[in-house]
Amino acid sequence: MTTKHVIATTHTRSIKNRFARRFLRSLLKMKRSNRLGIGTGTGFQSNEEIRKRNTQRIKTSAYRSMARVVGPRKIWSRALLFKLRNQARIQVGLRKRCLVSRKKKVLRKETKVQVISKGPNRADNLRKLVPGGDSMDICSLLEETAHYIKCLATQVKVMQSIADLYST
Amino acid sequence: MSSRRSRSRQSSSSRISDDQILDLVTKLQQLLPEIRNRRSDKVSAAKILQETCNYIKSLHREVDGLSERLSELLETTDTAQAAIIRNLLTQ
Repeated sequence: MTTKHVIATTHTRSIKNRFARRFLRSLLKMKRSNRLGIGTGTGFQSNEEIRKRNTQRIKTSAYRSMARVVGPRKIWSRALLFKLRNQARIQVGLRKRCLVSRKKKVLRKETKVQVISKGPNRADNLRKLVPGGDSMDICSLLEETAHYIKCLATQVKVMQSIADLYST
Repeated sequence: MSSRRSRSRQSSSSRISDDQILDLVTKLQQLLPEIRNRRSDKVSAAKILQETCNYIKSLHREVDGLSERLSELLETTDTAQAAIIRNLLTQ
């Protein structure tokens, strides 16, 4: 029990460090490419809009960094990366790719119907909140939720400490 | 949906047992700051699932707020300072 616990804590610590490193790297990249500067835009957008876009960009990069750090061994991280990639594709406007993703979405809906009819419906709200949750059985949904919560809490903690460090 | 219906469905599927689900739900409870310290027999599984949803939503909101704060902060700080902070954190 105790050794298991120690392993678990060191594991989450390494996830924390790796997330911090990755997220900071992408923040610096954004900063360096000067996309975050106000007034450097095309002139059509107001500062408000630029700030909104930057907020969205930072948010996406935070979620993506965490999903990358966790890697493909969890269903939620794979689903999250898939979702973010699709969002980027839609924004870029690659229609061909969008068609592929739509096909996959249809497939996923079919599996969703099957799985829900098996499990208790109380978990439906959870399915909507955990990435990829709509195609999991109840056991893996609960396991993935536990892991997702841990990672999200770590993500919030790291972002908080970065924000605190920046503001001092 | 009625709990009777879902229970009959659960027992019909041989792979997943009620004990297994209960065990996983208890594990989930340990992660929720709101009900972590309550005894597990005092909190129903439905309540734990509800709290889990609330907790995930609140974490998402926190990420939103922090992203906004970071985008404001990044506008004002210069790259050199950011690099120093990065070194501090990654050591």
